[in-house]
Amino acid sequence: MRSAKVTYRLIILIIALVFGIVFSMPSFLQTQGGSKISLGLDLQGGLHMLLGVETHEAIDSKIKSIAGSINYYAKKEDVLIDKFKIRQDSVEFTLLDSDEAPKIDAALKEIVGLEIQKDGLKYTIMLTQEERAATVEYAIAQAVETIRNRLDQFGLAEPTVARQGEDKILVELPGIKTQEDEQRARDLIAKAAHLQLMAVDDKRQDQANTMSAVQAESYGDIIYPDAKNEQFKYVVKNIPVLDGSMLTDAKVAFSQQNNQPIINFSLNSEGARIFGDFTGANVGKRLAIVLDGKVYSAPVINERIGGGSGQISGGFSVEEAHDVAIALRSGALLAPVKVLEKRSVGPSLGAESIQKSMTALAGAAMFIVVFMMIYYGMSGVFANIALVANIIILVAVMALFGATLTLPGMAGIVLTIGMAVDANVIINERIREFLREGANLKTSVKKGYENAMSAIVDANITTLITVIALYAYGTGPVKGFAVTMSIGILISMLTAILGTHGFFDLFTDKIERSGNTRLWFGYRRDK
Amino acid sequence: MQIFTKARVYDFMKLKIPSVIISAILFFGSIFLLATKGLNYGIDFSGGTLIQLRYDEKAPLDKIRDAFSANEMLKNASVTEFGSDREVVVRFSGSSSDIGTDIGAVAKELLKDTGNVEIRRVDIVGPKVGGELREKALMAILISFGAVLIYIALRFEWRFALAAVISEIHDVVITLGAISLFAIDVNLDTLAAVLTVLGYSLNDTIIIFDRIRESITTSKRNDINGIINESVSATLSRTILTSGSTFIVVFILYMFGGDMINGFSFILMVGVLIGTFSSVYTAFPFLVWLKFSVDEYRAKLGEKAKLKKERERERAMYEKGVV
Repeated sequence: MRSAKVTYRLIILIIALVFGIVFSMPSFLQTQGGSKISLGLDLQGGLHMLLGVETHEAIDSKIKSIAGSINYYAKKEDVLIDKFKIRQDSVEFTLLDSDEAPKIDAALKEIVGLEIQKDGLKYTIMLTQEERAATVEYAIAQAVETIRNRLDQFGLAEPTVARQGEDKILVELPGIKTQEDEQRARDLIAKAAHLQLMAVDDKRQDQANTMSAVQAESYGDIIYPDAKNEQFKYVVKNIPVLDGSMLTDAKVAFSQQNNQPIINFSLNSEGARIFGDFTGANVGKRLAIVLDGKVYSAPVINERIGGGSGQISGGFSVEEAHDVAIALRSGALLAPVKVLEKRSVGPSLGAESIQKSMTALAGAAMFIVVFMMIYYGMSGVFANIALVANIIILVAVMALFGATLTLPGMAGIVLTIGMAVDANVIINERIREFLREGANLKTSVKKGYENAMSAIVDANITTLITVIALYAYGTGPVKGFAVTMSIGILISMLTAILGTHGFFDLFTDKIERSGNTRLWFGYRRDK
Repeated sequence: MQIFTKARVYDFMKLKIPSVIISAILFFGSIFLLATKGLNYGIDFSGGTLIQLRYDEKAPLDKIRDAFSANEMLKNASVTEFGSDREVVVRFSGSSSDIGTDIGAVAKELLKDTGNVEIRRVDIVGPKVGGELREKALMAILISFGAVLIYIALRFEWRFALAAVISEIHDVVITLGAISLFAIDVNLDTLAAVLTVLGYSLNDTIIIFDRIRESITTSKRNDINGIINESVSATLSRTILTSGSTFIVVFILYMFGGDMINGFSFILMVGVLIGTFSSVYTAFPFLVWLKFSVDEYRAKLGEKAKLKKERERERAMYEKGVV
């Protein structure tokens, strides 16, 4: 057999390389089609936020809305109740007439998840454990959904909104360029958009500026400031007539009197009915329109308002009105969110990072390529080809998996290169050893690979174990590093061990004939 | 080209005591540093805020401090140059969880009279998240130690596993000591660097272990010291090549990688040195002191090989149809 032998090893390498080239091209050339490797926010700039959901607020507002329903029912059925109060996480009231107990019991039965304690005619209503858990769960899921909807309407490229852990939400906004953009995006997320229509307590309104919060609570009232003038306060009934959950639409319009932007909203049928009943029964009284704890307007009810639509006016700028409308449309946040972690990287810094690390990477790769060639001759060239293949395939696989390249990920690539080269160093050193001992070329290559194998496999597997632990427990950049490393290690097994062996298979006869160890293995054999 | 032209056996084990003494000095020195000076936790782990600024000209540090003194949160901030005299990093321990206000914008407003300034990066980590990140990081390290211990014990022998993990702990502690000494901020990317050191030195150790395992079956020698000397010598040129080239690569990263990976690559440089030293010098004395017995291990490997041969023979017989 004098001809060159193409073995399965070489074929696998070639297939892998073709695969690598095809799928890495979109990433390298930044063409439109095909999946590309995505750059982490540290490399392209953008905003990363970890939000915590204040779930206890969701429970509070659930309690409030239950109180609202009980209140509505009692009024409608003419059940007389007294001392109607919302405590920390319970609703309390006392029936005046024990004959009406069955009526109220039946109504309470309609509401799921209640734990009712009765002490004579005094009712204390709380949520059951399961209902509390479900409320929290729903609040988080709803917050994720709401924030996603809002950011989608904001018109950003590929925002990520994902739940993380028990009660956290990860928001990533690549491509936020200016501080103004960032501010707007954050405002949009932060906006609770909690709309409530509440009756003004006309009896006590004139004490608004002197009354304390505790006092107000004892009357079943709550004090909210005016949206335009924080000094001016309103005393409103703590139990809302309606809240934003019954909203179906919200649009920006312009007031005919002064051409100011206003927001028109419409209610669903249940909301429309409650709204109609309330306005019908309270003509001459004032209704406060409360958004996120501020009173936007408190018009006097002139007549029954049917049809279920209303408006919020009150000194919005056009942009503000627009964002409030988005927030109202996409739903209120049942629970407010707060920032647990925020990282924003300016686009110029990202570009600089990528440029610098690319330079370093290219420098490092160049050094290794030249070194391997000088030290190991043709074997070094094989190793270099495998190395380049390794990088190309790594990029292709990461692009296909939609993995993100981060700054530590870049370091991961450097280390992968190191380990891939190490594998070839081990193999070549082994081959030299056998040649020194006087074995012929064919056997030296064969035994070199065989003997190096266990060392390389054991070393790679232990590294892989470490890296997997990092992935499982790491966060952010550590994860990015782990992903790059583990993919790189697996690929290097393919290219550095299998691939280079394929080249030797191809050239063994040729090497044997030439007997030139200097050319093929980079050193002169002692005669 | 080649470094070692002749296959010589160097007596590494002769330097067993001095090398262990050096290791011990470094190790306990590091522990002393960690206990007294401690680690400089960056905001990732301690919580806090970091703002990176860039000026068009040289940054006026005093003016910046003066401007910040007006703000409750920023008045105690540390203001330092970062990489060049145009870049500044501002750090303080507070963090605002209010999503609506942006400390970056606040800083920019305060600094508007100090020159043309660009806000390049704002990182805010709440105290709860910082604690969680620290916990997770520690878990990651402990779990990987455990898993590696088990893997090596299965593939080699428990004494190898123990020696490997001891040398790992040695490397990590000394690397942390260097981080403490040079007051490098411990952040998530610093952590990634420490873990890389861990992976790298483990890699080194395993490769020499593998050679020892092989030598035990092929060498005529019976004493563990001799076998270790043979194996370390045989892998020496590989160790020098790989460590040398890795060191140079990391050095290139350090020189040209920019400030963002400066700390990262510095730690790797320290780690490569320590890792190489420990895999050549530190790991093996423990193997000896743990009373590793060549004969016992040889017998065990022999047993394994016999079992394998037996199985192969059975298979061959089965395939020939003679059962």
